[in-house]
Amino acid sequence: MTLETADVEKIAHLARLAIDPGDIPEYARNLSAILAFVEQLNTVDTTGVEPLAHPLDATQRLRPDMVTEVDEREIFQQIAPRTEDGLYLVPRVIE
Amino acid sequence: MHQKTLAELSTGLKHGEFSSEELTRDCLQRVAARDAQLNSFITVTGEAALQAARAADTRLLAGDAGPLTGIPFAHKDIFCTRGVKTSCGSRMLDNFLAPYDATVTYKLAAAGAVMIGKTNMDEFAMGSSNETSFYGPVKNPWNPEKVPGGSSGGSAAAVAARLVPASTGTDTGGSIRQPAALCGITGLKPTYGRVSRYGMIAFASSLDQGGPLARTAEDAALMLGVMAGFDPRDSTSVDRPVDDYTARLNAPLDGLRIGLPEEYFGAGLDSGVGAAIEAAVGEFTSLGARITRVSMPNSHLAVPAYYVVAPAECSSNLSRMDGVRFGYRAQDPGDLEDLYKRSRGEGFGEEVKRRIMIGTYALSAGYYDAYYLKAQQARRLIREDFLRAFTEVDVIMGPTAPTVAFRLGEKADDPVTMYLSDIYTIAVNLAGLPGLSIPAGFVDGLPVGLQIIGNYFDEARLLNAAHRFQQATDWHTRIPNGFA
Repeated sequence: MTLETADVEKIAHLARLAIDPGDIPEYARNLSAILAFVEQLNTVDTTGVEPLAHPLDATQRLRPDMVTEVDEREIFQQIAPRTEDGLYLVPRVIE
Repeated sequence: MHQKTLAELSTGLKHGEFSSEELTRDCLQRVAARDAQLNSFITVTGEAALQAARAADTRLLAGDAGPLTGIPFAHKDIFCTRGVKTSCGSRMLDNFLAPYDATVTYKLAAAGAVMIGKTNMDEFAMGSSNETSFYGPVKNPWNPEKVPGGSSGGSAAAVAARLVPASTGTDTGGSIRQPAALCGITGLKPTYGRVSRYGMIAFASSLDQGGPLARTAEDAALMLGVMAGFDPRDSTSVDRPVDDYTARLNAPLDGLRIGLPEEYFGAGLDSGVGAAIEAAVGEFTSLGARITRVSMPNSHLAVPAYYVVAPAECSSNLSRMDGVRFGYRAQDPGDLEDLYKRSRGEGFGEEVKRRIMIGTYALSAGYYDAYYLKAQQARRLIREDFLRAFTEVDVIMGPTAPTVAFRLGEKADDPVTMYLSDIYTIAVNLAGLPGLSIPAGFVDGLPVGLQIIGNYFDEARLLNAAHRFQQATDWHTRIPNGFA
């Protein structure tokens, strides 16, 4: 699978990554090489093979729906870039 | 003191031959004097270490000490350490003082082990050479022009150079075992779920596992005994009692059935490495083991499957780095989208961005079945190869890496070539099995690692096999020039 500039731009947007236009050709080259490499997966017939999501084939452990965590917002927000009244500040979203 | 193993130091501390404070000062001095050559540390926590050492000395005098009490060690900079910089080798977290301790951090501290600092690593654990770190590459103590391996390169180099007797690492595709091999030390990746991932910054959640790096199997066993255990805060943690990993270290190996996969000895394996491995396996037969050739026909799918699954999972895990709540934030963002894109674009290095993008692509609409689902099916086939092999053998052996340490810069420009460094380690993560690398020889003055793979939760058997080998050989006692 060869990726073109438009493909890289689309993926970068989905991943919310700013890529300098000058770097796009190299990303396209490297990503295409990686995708070509993983094409090897298509050499094997996996019809009827159940996908394995968890290496021990386990299922998610559940716990009672009770609050067990302590409010540590003040501690966690000490390292935040910008906060106000316990909220994280970002540039205006809606004009 | 730096030549003693962890086990020897533990005995020495118990008998009052020296104090933890003396030992810790010695480590700190060695780091100050030698680490410039290696760049294995990102942060040294000298004052806190001395405080912890004094507290350990109090416990030792009171007879309230375990095997790790008073032992200096280093944490890979991927484990959250409260109040201490936890960078993951990235500009993204260069300003991140972890607000909490990882479970592994907590357990080692509670055992009285003395953290002297945080070690350098490939950025967000993505790499096989420790060349992608924001803090510069780590050098191999055996040859400063060579890589130490990665991503736990700093942890491996620090132990190999005898700066610390042990360190923690993480292994997602080989990141404990491969640097252990390239640096001539012992590194263990436990069974998936054996060691808690709480506070261990996530790369690929179905593959990541924390584990010890040390100079002997006995030392690794002592570390694992403290690191392992069920943790309700990690939803993938397995609720299963922790074995006493030292209890059967000395058990004889008579009748141990060793499987050698033909696929691990084919094209791509350096002939010198192959010869060293064959000699090491020969040593096991002298110790009473029996060798059987086994076949793992889906081995060739491991690296391709991994380079779909791991990037996919990393693209999800790294989405939390958004410049909003912690970590790097771009200057003067215009709007929210600009904040996200530039914080992430500037905060992450190239390899990380490459992997996020591969992962995003593989999971995107229209491609999920072709890539991610297919990779998960391959993953099941790989696991089944191992399960089948383990009906005939007790452990599987082979080279940890296809070559000895390569030159800095040699593979850095070609991602796929770099990825193939992990050709023997990756399948073990995909299957979630435990794997150990131990020193088994040298080629051109550079260490060779032997990998021993076990069945689920069979770490005690791996450590026993490795320990008996280390009693019969001395590869693990060799010291790189200049670090004696």
